Amino acid sequence: MASEKRDKEEEEVKTDDGSPKIKPRPIVQLGIFLVAHSPVFSVVFSAAGVLALLILPLLAKNTYISENALMPGSARSMLSNRDVSDGSKLVKDIKNYWLNHEGQVQKLIGKYMSDMGAEVYYQKFHPEGNQFHPLHFFSGPDSYTLLDNVSCASYGVNVAGIIRAPRGDGKESIVLVTPYDFINGGDYEALSLGITSTLFSLLARVTWLSKDIIWLVTDSRYGDYRPVAAWLTEYHSPSFKVSDLLKCGELNTADTFRRAGTVAAALVLKVDGRSERFEDTLSIYAEASNGQMPNLDLINVVNYLAVHRQGFYVKVEKVVSLLSSSWLKIIGEIFEAVGKLARTLNPDWNFGIPAADYLEGSATLASSLYSQALGIPTGPHGAFRDYQVDAITLKISPRFPPDSKTRQHDFFLRGARLLEGTIRSVNNLLEKFHQSFFLYLLTSPSKFISVGVYMIAFALLVAPLPMVAASLYIEGCKALTKSTDNPTENLKSWKWLDAAKQVFALHLLGFIVTLLPYFICQVPGQHSPRNRSIMWGTTSSSLLLITFAIIPGCSPFSSRHHGTNWAVLKSVTISAAFIGLCLMSIINFATAEIGALLLVPTCLMAQPIKPALRSRRIKSLLGAFCSMVLLTIGFPVMFFAISKGLFGEAVVGLSLGGEFWTWLESLWAWKSATYLYIGMVHLPCWLLCLCILFHPS
Amino acid sequence: MACLVRSWIPLLFLQSFLVAIAFGSNEGEEFSEELLLKPLPDRKVLAHFHFENRAPPSNSHGRNHHLFPKAISQLVQKFRVKEMELSFTQGRWNHEHWGGFDPLSSMNAKPVGVELWAVFDVPQSQVDISWKNLTHALSGLFCASINFLESSTSYAAPTWGFGTNSDKLRYGSLPREAVCTENLTPWLKLLPCRDKDGISALMNRPSVYRGFYHSQRLHLSTVESGQEGLGSGIVLEQTLTVVIQPETTSVETNMQPSWSLSSLFGRKVVGSCVLAKSSNVYLQLEGRLGHESKNVDTEIEAHKLWMNSDFDLSLKPDRVIRESSSLLFIFDIDKSSDSEPFDLGLTWKLPSKWSCEQAPLHASRFLMGSGNERGAIAILLKATESQEKLSGRNLTTDGRCTIKANIFQIFPWYIKVYYHTLQIFVDQQQKTDSEVLKKINVSPSTDKVSSGMLEMMLELPCEVKSAAISIEYDKGFLHIDEYPPDANQGFDIPSALISFPSHHASLDFQEELSKSPLLSSFKEKSLVRSYTEVLLVPLTTPDFSMPYNVITITCTIFALYFGSLLNVLRRRIGEEERFLKSQAGKKRGGLKQLLSRLTAKIRGRPIEAPSSESPAAESSFLSSKLIFKIILVAGAAAAWQYFSTDK
Repeated sequence: MASEKRDKEEEEVKTDDGSPKIKPRPIVQLGIFLVAHSPVFSVVFSAAGVLALLILPLLAKNTYISENALMPGSARSMLSNRDVSDGSKLVKDIKNYWLNHEGQVQKLIGKYMSDMGAEVYYQKFHPEGNQFHPLHFFSGPDSYTLLDNVSCASYGVNVAGIIRAPRGDGKESIVLVTPYDFINGGDYEALSLGITSTLFSLLARVTWLSKDIIWLVTDSRYGDYRPVAAWLTEYHSPSFKVSDLLKCGELNTADTFRRAGTVAAALVLKVDGRSERFEDTLSIYAEASNGQMPNLDLINVVNYLAVHRQGFYVKVEKVVSLLSSSWLKIIGEIFEAVGKLARTLNPDWNFGIPAADYLEGSATLASSLYSQALGIPTGPHGAFRDYQVDAITLKISPRFPPDSKTRQHDFFLRGARLLEGTIRSVNNLLEKFHQSFFLYLLTSPSKFISVGVYMIAFALLVAPLPMVAASLYIEGCKALTKSTDNPTENLKSWKWLDAAKQVFALHLLGFIVTLLPYFICQVPGQHSPRNRSIMWGTTSSSLLLITFAIIPGCSPFSSRHHGTNWAVLKSVTISAAFIGLCLMSIINFATAEIGALLLVPTCLMAQPIKPALRSRRIKSLLGAFCSMVLLTIGFPVMFFAISKGLFGEAVVGLSLGGEFWTWLESLWAWKSATYLYIGMVHLPCWLLCLCILFHPS
Repeated sequence: MACLVRSWIPLLFLQSFLVAIAFGSNEGEEFSEELLLKPLPDRKVLAHFHFENRAPPSNSHGRNHHLFPKAISQLVQKFRVKEMELSFTQGRWNHEHWGGFDPLSSMNAKPVGVELWAVFDVPQSQVDISWKNLTHALSGLFCASINFLESSTSYAAPTWGFGTNSDKLRYGSLPREAVCTENLTPWLKLLPCRDKDGISALMNRPSVYRGFYHSQRLHLSTVESGQEGLGSGIVLEQTLTVVIQPETTSVETNMQPSWSLSSLFGRKVVGSCVLAKSSNVYLQLEGRLGHESKNVDTEIEAHKLWMNSDFDLSLKPDRVIRESSSLLFIFDIDKSSDSEPFDLGLTWKLPSKWSCEQAPLHASRFLMGSGNERGAIAILLKATESQEKLSGRNLTTDGRCTIKANIFQIFPWYIKVYYHTLQIFVDQQQKTDSEVLKKINVSPSTDKVSSGMLEMMLELPCEVKSAAISIEYDKGFLHIDEYPPDANQGFDIPSALISFPSHHASLDFQEELSKSPLLSSFKEKSLVRSYTEVLLVPLTTPDFSMPYNVITITCTIFALYFGSLLNVLRRRIGEEERFLKSQAGKKRGGLKQLLSRLTAKIRGRPIEAPSSESPAAESSFLSSKLIFKIILVAGAAAAWQYFSTDK
């Protein structure tokens, strides 16, 4: 459109010599200007995009409690020593249980709950994992699929206790989850039960509850996630059909599964490992599937209470290897220097932060971005997000060994006070969490970057794509018009059709390759991940060859000079990549961001290698070399290996294939949209860039 | 002294006059106050206040009432209410521990918030109007937002599922209504002694509202005299049911807490209400205790009833009545005075345990599914322990033993229920409708006009362990101004009512009791019913906190859209170019052109001649066309706005 106009304008200028120039509208003028100078702008924009990403830790804002009703820490804690002794007694009893009896700790916990005045029930579930099914990829949590051949050999048992709010209406509830391995429970895990039972003993007495409290002790023999997901499935979409599972086992679970209204919020509590620091450490995990985050207010409340009331050292995950990277340190120092300089110029400009803070912030940001991009929940709280429940996992590491009795009392008191404060805040809430942010990245437990800020980096990165596409299209059209004198082929608007065919064919191939693992999994017999990855690789490459053979002009190796101009092909490829990235940014922003970092330079740099070699000029040779390096990095397996190396685990050789397969399998098992992105956007665009690289022009 | 006597005489005279009015034999208005106390198995105590006010039929229309509240009688006369019940409830009735198969629970276990139903004695066409007026009157009378029940989207007209078969019945409930003392005060105003004297003096606000459950109910019914020319009498029944946890110092968990009236309410009864015909306090002890002492003949054994190894009563009961499974102690509080206040206490000596009789099936209701698009409502009926005992009673004609259960449910219109998705599972096996569904009546909802209603009668086999009913729905979208405050909390689905038409609860007293209205109402057979939980459905809500952003973005989009649309409609690029070219050609005669333009502007505009060759005239013609288009678009927009907001 813009190009046509531009042509027209040019004609105009030529024909009317001496006459007043027809001024195009400013917006059109701007467009023409941008398209005309696209190489410069694309470099500027991409560099600005990367810079904006690096500058993000500087732009992080301090968190604040957005919802006034939460009022964290405004109420005095009501926990008494009696409650703490209840908790300690449970921990002691559990220990004795391990010494004397075998199994059935559930009964013991259940008895404690009912003694406190809660309604208790046991839930049996199947530990079967998630199965990949292409059709169910984006569907919600599927209803309880019942297997016909239910075996009693392995099943888990969750224990749940409900405290009814004395004057509440029972419309809402708050869930507390403590994973515990009932067969070989560790000492640290028992501490989490101690904290929760301390709290539960208090909550059973208080009169201020307006929401029911559910304490769920999950059977963590089958992982942390699966038992919680099973309980939630039973809570939200039970099957009324007959279940064989009820008949198995000696534990009488004939009692009803009880519910307590819409779940308002959930907290998962885990105690593990000893803290390396002097204080007790509290780690917060918040990422759920596909980069969904709980409301920031929930993290804020926990962070506020933990830091300002109970004196925990609060942290969120970070990429440790980045902390020692020198290049990031240099960048941090540069930013610090710039900040200092700015402050000397104007004392109001204090955006500079110390290099150490910058390093810390960017390591946390990288981890935040990575876990969101992966789309795999970082804990059992992820199961709640599927039901629009805000949930986080709190992992507490005490500074004392688990058998220290003297410290335990204080630890229970503080842990329970933290939970009490959080529950009290959520309990105050009349509406569900909605005030604060849902789209954010954390750079520290008390600093965040909201969507409005981190969007800029992505926008700058993808901005050159449409410009370059337009300019390439114009270029390609001109070249085509020159090369063919046939008037019928001179129809400008249909020039892109050949290239589009090729792009479409490769995207279709990408779609098929994405679905292949499902069929490979159906292949009878036990195969190692390595073999499966080889199967996948061979099938995919043969499919690629078939595609090249069937569709004429698709192959980069065809000697015939068949139509597709590489410029037009690149233009359409870039458009496809642009559309794919923009769509992905809506589904999972972090994936799109990391994907753009990889894909944008690759797409922009891709150009035929042959003319470059022929010309033997340094500039074009350098360009060809760059595009080859970018293409190598851009190959998903290669990138996987590199990122593994970054995280400190070097993988080489064929075992890489196996690792890659396992990684992808985990992606689709968690229904991560990143898997779809890799298969349906990244891979086809990468292949197209490869085609352009080896284009016979 | 003489002075004193002189001042006494008129006072005495006045008092005797007042008493004469109160007990005027010709009027026959009666008021009685009663209080039933009942220890509950889960260490709580139930206190049930019952006040009954009777106005007999009379032919004088504008008569003065002596005891009966005028506000109520005017209400009845104005809206021709035949029967009405209004309840304010906070907290949930615990069917497992507090009972579900006695008249007390089936009448007083009410859904959270406000519930109102009324039967009118007007022609069918005027029922809705009467209902609307009634809600407004009650709203003013009780300081509550009962007027929200006026809207046709919030009430329904049950035919048979509610238990009362009448086509002039209207039912509505407000689950979110917060119940507070401001609702209790107007309710107390209807009593002749208010809360100044008699049993109602016990209603210390903090202790009433500290309870786990409290339900204040007002039930009125008109009694037809049967005689020609006489009006109808009114019976006003006011009850307050409170469940209180007595404060206890004992650490033993299996020991029932001891209590007294003063420890429960912080007050004592000092004399009865002078205007009351009878004022009694009852203490009901349930379960094992009743069975243990079966034959009481002698004085000593009677004494043993209230002072035995299990428990002690602080006062001697005036009468002891045996019921099939419980003991009832009757106390008359007329004897109490300032110096000797009535302060009944119960002291437990031994741990004791008993259980309440439960309804044949325990009902619970919950939401299924996730997301903002659709979901399902499930009602789960579980057999209780007492079901086996009861099941023998209802044999059908073909010898099959069945339990009948009526389910009555109102769906707000934004819960768009698909009635064809109704699924019934009995003992975890799906049943077809014809197998278990005996009767069903569905009235679908209309968007923003009326709520949906589902009445169905299930006939389940007696040995049923569990039954589940599920029905799917879509969540609707509301208009921005239809959202209530705190819309992000979600929307309530009112409680469903589960009633068992073949089961009736009644207390079976072996002795004849004539006087007490409370006991006689217990003796009557009442339908066993239980309400399910209120459900909270999260609907999609717009971001109310950003109206400014929304307005700005909308305006920008509108401006861009209309701007480009007008541009496309108005501009002809080819024409423009030709015009510019011709203008460029004419450039030499600049002054001349300017002149011609000016003349065209002065002359051409009022005429608006389309034939004019002048380009300026052309453009003015275009602009008139443009104005016409703008008016057209604006008109369309206005019309759209008008029709969209009209509903």
